Amino acid sequence: MRKQKSIFENIDWLLVGLYIVFVLMGWLNIYAAVYNEEHRNIFDMSQNYGRQMLWIGTSLVIGLAILVIDGKFYAAFSYPTYLVVMLILLVVLVIARDVQGARSWIEIGNFKLQPSEFAKFATNMALAKYLSSLGIRMEDMKTKITAGLIILFPMTLVLLQNDTGSALVFISFIFVLYREGLSQNVLIFGFFAGVLFILALMVPNTILLGVIGGLGLLAYFLLRKTRKNLMAILAITALSAGVVFSVDYAFHKILQPHQRERIEVLLGKRSDPKGAGYNVNQSLIAIGSGGLSGKGFLQGTQTKYDFVPEQSTDFIFCTVGEEWGFIGTSVVILLFLALLYRIVFIAERQRSQYTRIYAYGVASIIFFHLMINVGMAIGLAPVIGIPLPFFSYGGSSLWGFTVLLFVLIKLDSYRMYILR
Amino acid sequence: MYNPGSGQRFVILSIFTAVVIIFLIRLFYIQVINESYSVSATNNVLRYITDYPARGMIYDRKGKIIAYNQAVYDLMVIPKQVKDLDTAEFCRLLDLSRDAFLDKMKKASTFSKMKASIFEKQISAETFASFQEKLYKFQGFFVQPRTLRKYPNNTAAHVLGYIGEVNDELIAKNPYYRQGDYIGISGIEQSYELELRGRRGVRIVMVDVFNREKGSYKNGAYDTIAIAGQNLVATLDAELQAYGEKLLQNKVGSLVAIEPQTGEILAMISSPGYDPNLLVGRVRSKNYAYLLRDPLKPLFNRAMQAYYPPGSTFKLTNALAALQEGLIHTGTTFPHSFVVGSKSVKCHPHPPIALEGAIQYSCNPYFCNTFRTFIDNRKYGSSEKGYRLWREYQMSFGIGKKIGVDMPHELKGLIPSVEFYDKYYGSGRWRASTIYSLGIGQGELGINPMQMANIICIIANKGFYYTPHVIKQIGGKANLTRNLAEKHYSMVDAKNFDIIQDGMQRVVEAGTARIARFDSVTICGKTGTAQNPHGKDHSLFVAFAPRENPKIAIAVMVENAGYGATWAAPIASLMMEKYFNDSIKRHELEERMFNGYLLPLENKNPEIPSGSIKDSSQVKPKARGNGTTALLENRRNKR
Repeated sequence: MRKQKSIFENIDWLLVGLYIVFVLMGWLNIYAAVYNEEHRNIFDMSQNYGRQMLWIGTSLVIGLAILVIDGKFYAAFSYPTYLVVMLILLVVLVIARDVQGARSWIEIGNFKLQPSEFAKFATNMALAKYLSSLGIRMEDMKTKITAGLIILFPMTLVLLQNDTGSALVFISFIFVLYREGLSQNVLIFGFFAGVLFILALMVPNTILLGVIGGLGLLAYFLLRKTRKNLMAILAITALSAGVVFSVDYAFHKILQPHQRERIEVLLGKRSDPKGAGYNVNQSLIAIGSGGLSGKGFLQGTQTKYDFVPEQSTDFIFCTVGEEWGFIGTSVVILLFLALLYRIVFIAERQRSQYTRIYAYGVASIIFFHLMINVGMAIGLAPVIGIPLPFFSYGGSSLWGFTVLLFVLIKLDSYRMYILR
Repeated sequence: MYNPGSGQRFVILSIFTAVVIIFLIRLFYIQVINESYSVSATNNVLRYITDYPARGMIYDRKGKIIAYNQAVYDLMVIPKQVKDLDTAEFCRLLDLSRDAFLDKMKKASTFSKMKASIFEKQISAETFASFQEKLYKFQGFFVQPRTLRKYPNNTAAHVLGYIGEVNDELIAKNPYYRQGDYIGISGIEQSYELELRGRRGVRIVMVDVFNREKGSYKNGAYDTIAIAGQNLVATLDAELQAYGEKLLQNKVGSLVAIEPQTGEILAMISSPGYDPNLLVGRVRSKNYAYLLRDPLKPLFNRAMQAYYPPGSTFKLTNALAALQEGLIHTGTTFPHSFVVGSKSVKCHPHPPIALEGAIQYSCNPYFCNTFRTFIDNRKYGSSEKGYRLWREYQMSFGIGKKIGVDMPHELKGLIPSVEFYDKYYGSGRWRASTIYSLGIGQGELGINPMQMANIICIIANKGFYYTPHVIKQIGGKANLTRNLAEKHYSMVDAKNFDIIQDGMQRVVEAGTARIARFDSVTICGKTGTAQNPHGKDHSLFVAFAPRENPKIAIAVMVENAGYGATWAAPIASLMMEKYFNDSIKRHELEERMFNGYLLPLENKNPEIPSGSIKDSSQVKPKARGNGTTALLENRRNKR
């Protein structure tokens, strides 16, 4: 093992470049979203865009710091980091005040931090550390359970903070487990469970159960009647029926009223453009009115004049859509796709299993955020408040993603030297 | 190293790609294909704010303002923005009770919490002045200036008319008007609505989600600027008008004065009138209902809508027609009676007279004979043909037709057609002796004071008239909206008017209207006493002066006042004196006119018994009080 000659040696500049592009685009769009005549200065600290500049500046410092620290540190300190963050999450649960229904903020004077943004990073580290340990095989039940616990513990804590959106992000680690050998059946079953969930809400249960039973019988007659097939048919039918039954319970007992409403709006069961459907409706209007090439920088009216709520945070994509049009939105989405491809490419070129798992974790988290955030803005996902990575206004979120990405960049820069 | 290979990588990247492709398709649909979002965005953010132009002002012929706009203020409220309101002080400033306040607040909230609605309409400038200082304390309230019409002289209500909010029917008919707009409903306000109203402007502003203005849309490229209404100069002499109204106070009647050489209406009065300011603003509907219930019908413009029998004043046009046809001449005399069957029309004793004297003494038999000479004249072949021509002559004097005054609701009056008499008596079964009373202005004639004054203009001008009008200038330029410079000729040549004017001069100098004389002005006049089946005769006087270069032609009608010389002639004379001299020397006469109280004591409106006329399909009894039906009834009683 030898020392790096420079901290910038082997840095993946493409990743850094994408990061800079995203952050700057985000900043300009935050400026456009809350721009008003009284505060024209993009550095005005009383406005979100001014403060975002501060977050960007500090993020760059954090990024640089991460690059300076010896790469061995991250793998080594995975578990301690995880433990510390979990501890903070617990503390937050006790001391945090209610902010719009969620208890997820730590306040130190004027400074507010959302630890759940860092929980994703810490969990990713711990998961990578665990799965890359010697003698760990995905096939083992023990591995599955331990990995599951590593993910579910922070997820539960965040859920208890009433921050459903951030909690759901932990589901994305299923991609990591799949990459590391978890059966594809999990993905397939997950997909069908999702479809069933939606169907259960749309179609009366009796009909749905009838169809499931019918499909089971059809499979029974069509497939060869081996013992294995019979077992599979029976298991799948029973599981499907179980999902259908549990959906009703989950939907009415576990979900909160506003969450139920949002899902109903999404499924078209409820039309309420002034109430529960207001956000989505206004968001669609803002994006839809952008047309092919958009209204132009600072020319958007829907976001600027507050028709779209949370226009600088969760609904920042509306500003992109309104002012830059379809050209703008497709460029942003394709850039994200490029980022994801690059991260997966980086993952696959690692000799270090830790780095590979970590990289997949990063890709999964970013993908999940993109899917939910953009999906909700264009009416394809329920309204779940999670930020668009690098774009949305907010210090915790930007810091969180910066740490996530720059640790990957640092780990990747060691790809030539070591095998961990 | 455990690496399960590229299978999983492929699946994961496929899922990423699939989601992105779905997003791109969806975005392409909502941004490029579906247009409805752009429309919604526009509706979200654009507000169309109407700029109301100031209505044009009206001046009298001497430049005195007779109608202008008074600033009032609508107090607006946006309920959602009302915060920390000191209700007690607020109510004190507006002189509101607490309950009224709560009531209004509730109304506004029901309409919309986000949008502005009217909290209190038309706050006066005085209230506003004290309120404005404290306005900053009352968050959520703001003030929108509006204008109200003000008529500073409190006169000429029938001429000026009034304005009111447009109704749904009008909005449906005329696309210019919107809910809440004002429109002229009668008088000048109605007939010159187009000129007075100006053009409404629209400002398009962008608003945010709280309806707060955020600036103009595309820098005002689509705004239209409000254009103020044009100022009008009326032909009225406000002082003369006010004087005339005072002369006619406590009398039912009407007066029209016209400048013969231009057709400009100097005064137009219908009594009883009302203060035009009664029909302005918040009190309008209440006052309107009150005026409508008044049995003396103050809203009714007698000057243009009443049907009066012209009485003896009609002898003038009757004679003029005969003169033009060569049927009589200056020296023509007739027997001193006119006998029809068992009845005869007689006259008070006077020396044997020719045409001039007949006018001077208002000799009834003379004009009945003249009428018969015309109608039954052999040269026309039949009485019907004679009457048809005679009627044409009368109509050329503006009788029985609208003369086109630039005011709404002019009625054409009545002069029966041949067909009417054919139907009433049977074809070929009537002749001059059947309808002789037309010759002396009684019978089935209905003429309004405007038409009477116009006839006098024709006589003064020796043969023609200009369309009488009340507006001479629009926006500083001559009124070209109507054909006001055109001379309308009667069928009688100028030379035939001299003898009539001679007779009229004699009327004032030595005849029935000596009371009308003043100074050395040469006045030509004619009294009339129109029979009225419902009570005392109507007192009537028409005149113009001076005879050479006539400056004023006037017709005065005082209902139920007896002889023309008793009331109508002095009033007309005083009007002339006022117009010429600007002051009155005959104070005693003036006082008598001011103080004359001629209103029916019980103030009861004479009802016309319905069904008293069996065959009236040709006659549409439009006018009230002194309508056609009454005249016909009168005619039958005399037979």
